[in-house]
Amino acid sequence: MTETKHAPDNAGPDPTAGGYGYADLGALMSLMTGDEKHGPAATSTLDALWVLYDRVLNVDPRDPEAQGRDRFLLSKGHGPAAYYAVLAAKGFIGAALLPGFGGFDSPLGYHPDRMLLPGAEISSGSLGHGLPLATGVALGLRARGLAGPRVFTLVGDAELDEGSNHEAIAFAGAVGLESLHAIVIDNASSTYGWPGGIAARFTQERWSALTVDGHDHAALEQALTVAHPGRPHVVVASVEPKD
Amino acid sequence: MDNMRERFATTATELLDTDPRLALVLADISTAQFAPAAARHPERVINVGIREQLLISVAGGLALAGLRPIVHTFASFLIERPFEQIKLDLTHQDVGAVLVSYGGSYDMTGEGRTHQAPGDVALISTLDEWAIHVPGHPDEAEALLRTAAAAGGRAYLRLSSQANPEPRPAGQGRLDLVRRGSVGTVLAVGPMLAPVLDAVAGLDLTVLYATTIRPFDARTLHSAVTAARTADVILVEPYLTGTSTPQLSGALADLPHRLLNLGISRTELRRYGTPAEHAAAHGLDPASLRQRIASFLTPEPSRHS
Repeated sequence: MTETKHAPDNAGPDPTAGGYGYADLGALMSLMTGDEKHGPAATSTLDALWVLYDRVLNVDPRDPEAQGRDRFLLSKGHGPAAYYAVLAAKGFIGAALLPGFGGFDSPLGYHPDRMLLPGAEISSGSLGHGLPLATGVALGLRARGLAGPRVFTLVGDAELDEGSNHEAIAFAGAVGLESLHAIVIDNASSTYGWPGGIAARFTQERWSALTVDGHDHAALEQALTVAHPGRPHVVVASVEPKD
Repeated sequence: MDNMRERFATTATELLDTDPRLALVLADISTAQFAPAAARHPERVINVGIREQLLISVAGGLALAGLRPIVHTFASFLIERPFEQIKLDLTHQDVGAVLVSYGGSYDMTGEGRTHQAPGDVALISTLDEWAIHVPGHPDEAEALLRTAAAAGGRAYLRLSSQANPEPRPAGQGRLDLVRRGSVGTVLAVGPMLAPVLDAVAGLDLTVLYATTIRPFDARTLHSAVTAARTADVILVEPYLTGTSTPQLSGALADLPHRLLNLGISRTELRRYGTPAEHAAAHGLDPASLRQRIASFLTPEPSRHS
């Protein structure tokens, strides 16, 4: 058990990597999937992930474990091609790793493993773990007196079916955990839906909440960076329904 | 004498005062005992309410943020209810924590099955790199807590109202040779030592004592068993029968031996009453232990001969 990542030699941050733009993400994803078109699970998160890494998060691929960095916890680990593409575009991983996606020797699985992947704050896959973990990270940074870093976690609207999220939503709201941010990608895939809307589930628990077009970069950036003193904040990013 | 739960509160409170990397996470259990610590360290003593999934996940997040969390509630709600969080938010994230339970297998007999957790040690044993400590005395609980808090890694400390009258040295991770005999070897875990010593009075048996059962001290067991004339081994655990049988069998793989497993039965007892009555129902009181051990050491002659 160590703080060091057990990454293969070829998985380390590559200072010559990165430098890709939003227009390159489709090609980067194609390196993983071999397809020119990508399914809804992968692309529903693409714009939110891009805006986070391009405009919001204070993270540096040259020092991915810097103490003062913002923390981004991908909770919805399913369909991670968009995540890996953004990490490659921003230089956290080399694009040369992408074709190995899912292979035995690849650090890039169908669900991410933080011990294999520089820049990944958590290993995820089983739903309903990212928001509770992010709550703990935000509490821990506060207890250490680190006021700068913000904590973001991305979940899906169907993932909110997991009751563990509601333990975290109620608690984080009750204690006013201001550094905690959730992004809910809402592609209306929850089997029984959320009558009254997703944002209301959070505001009822004393969160700040905004609902925006999940493909509108300016709107996402504005919603993710708005002030919300004394409260955790959720951005519901609406995208096209899954089916 | 205070009990293990009270000693945990005083010791953890002192550790929180002196080690700024420690945090304590609670779920509405033992919050009164920790009220002074919470008043002094409001950002490191966190009560999440009756939310045991969040209890473990918050601990995982605190560890990811660089703190060392101590996490406490009753064993059934600490280990069994949020088991996937223990598997994923601690073990799979490869972060450290000290889980401290109270209630053991049947401390709270009057509360019924919902508050009993004889399967906790078996469950944690399925996961990678967990130390498991089962103290038999408040002094041992304190020593093990201090060691676990100061170390890194993942530890489960199982506290109980049932205790031995005298403490023994704990915290080195080694099996403790209580007495040497020649016709067999008994390994008593935690609070089982006192009833075992009563049960084997006058029998020529080696008695080993474990407070740390994972990692398992295979070397000391092997040398004790080879030093005795007969490789008859009796394991007495205060939780599910046979929980440490794989570790014992592995340690003795090169020795022809016989093994008797004693512990809590899987049978749903559906009784309230006292811990002593439950011990007797599971055959773990001194008289039952003596009878079971004696018949193992001296089997009835076969009826088919």
